Amino acid sequence: MTPEDIPVLPRGVRCGDDRVRGLRVLLGPERVLMLDQIGDAVLRRVNGTDTIRTISEDLARTFCAPRAQVEADVIEYLADLAEKRMVERANG
Amino acid sequence: MADLPLAMLAELTHRCPLACPYCSNPQELTGRDAELSTAQWADIFRQAADLGVLQLHLSGGEPASRRDLLELVTAAREAGLYTNLITSGIGLTPARLEALDAAGLDHIQLSVQGVRAELADRIGGYAGGFDRKMHVADHIARLGFPLTLNAVMHRENLDDLPATLDMALRLGARRIEIACVQFQGWALANRAALQPSRDQVARAKELVRAASARLKGQLVIDFVPPDYYSDFPKACMNGWGSTGLNIAPDGTVLPCHAAQTIPHLTFENATARPLAEIWHDSAAFNAYRGTDWLPELCQSCDRRDVDFGGCRCQAMAVLGDPGAPDPVCRKSPGRAVLDDLLSQETVDIAPPDFVYRR
Repeated sequence: MTPEDIPVLPRGVRCGDDRVRGLRVLLGPERVLMLDQIGDAVLRRVNGTDTIRTISEDLARTFCAPRAQVEADVIEYLADLAEKRMVERANG
Repeated sequence: MADLPLAMLAELTHRCPLACPYCSNPQELTGRDAELSTAQWADIFRQAADLGVLQLHLSGGEPASRRDLLELVTAAREAGLYTNLITSGIGLTPARLEALDAAGLDHIQLSVQGVRAELADRIGGYAGGFDRKMHVADHIARLGFPLTLNAVMHRENLDDLPATLDMALRLGARRIEIACVQFQGWALANRAALQPSRDQVARAKELVRAASARLKGQLVIDFVPPDYYSDFPKACMNGWGSTGLNIAPDGTVLPCHAAQTIPHLTFENATARPLAEIWHDSAAFNAYRGTDWLPELCQSCDRRDVDFGGCRCQAMAVLGDPGAPDPVCRKSPGRAVLDDLLSQETVDIAPPDFVYRR
């Protein structure tokens, strides 16, 4: 994953509300990930159109955090999900 | 207060065109006349979602043997559940797959009995099954369904592991379960024929380790080892009554699919009592919940909260005592019984023939 990559949730992976526990979750084949506030904020911006750079700039503005640090964290987070095949690169 | 379940396995039917010798369904199957109706299943799906279940696994038997499979998937999605179909593929025509696609089925888990028609059809006890399955797999890929291959491995096919991984890649699967047979249900009748050798298991573990690294980001490999060769038991169901439940074809609510082998437990039916009450309050779900019930050997063990004493049904099947530590555990007195079984059943002679249900 690089700043120019465009992440997307592949078919069969989706975010949702766990209304019983009051959490956001990421659901995929045999996987349930409980999302914290940061994970939810990242994945809400994963739309198959925006690059990791654009997503990170938006997050940095929203949370008043340094852009470079945010970008590194976003790449690490999404690369980990990509290894589990829960995120793909829309740009191939 | 107990945790809430995340996943529910719905055994829609015990009917199945295949007759795999390792079938995990009970030795006594539930007949078609006793199966729940479409409306009864839909009600259970809604109750499950209200209780906290997020993922639903539609299984069997062969779930495609239910003529109302489409209605059941629709009901599951309307209840808000992530819906997974666990199937042999037999009975899934292109038209049915397209309808399931439109209904929002999230994921398909396709079983494979072997990578060669001759072996696969002998294992499944169904001539022509392999070719039909490969056609179904093509349609699954054409429709873009996320696919997991579920490869049940044993003495006769564990050496085909590399070809099995190749098949997963060829069919476009994102994930493969290399699931070595667990000895419950009908599989117990074929244990000696199915138990792999220690050498086979060692080679398989090394292959899986290398393939997992090589295929990182391309194919997710989940490996379920044959636990008779493990030193410590599996954390069965991640703890009894902690994260999952199972509904039998007639609506009986079970803490795991083999729980009915434990003779002193009685199980309640989802058509007679609300699912939430059965989960929280029934004697069967509370029998082995948590760790308070564990014997002293497990209470004082540093793995108490790792494996919760292992599998109750395995303690029942091997030792006849569902309250004993899982005999897989090296620290348990039951391990000697398991080692005796292993040395009797994996001697270097031709394995016995499979015993089929029919």
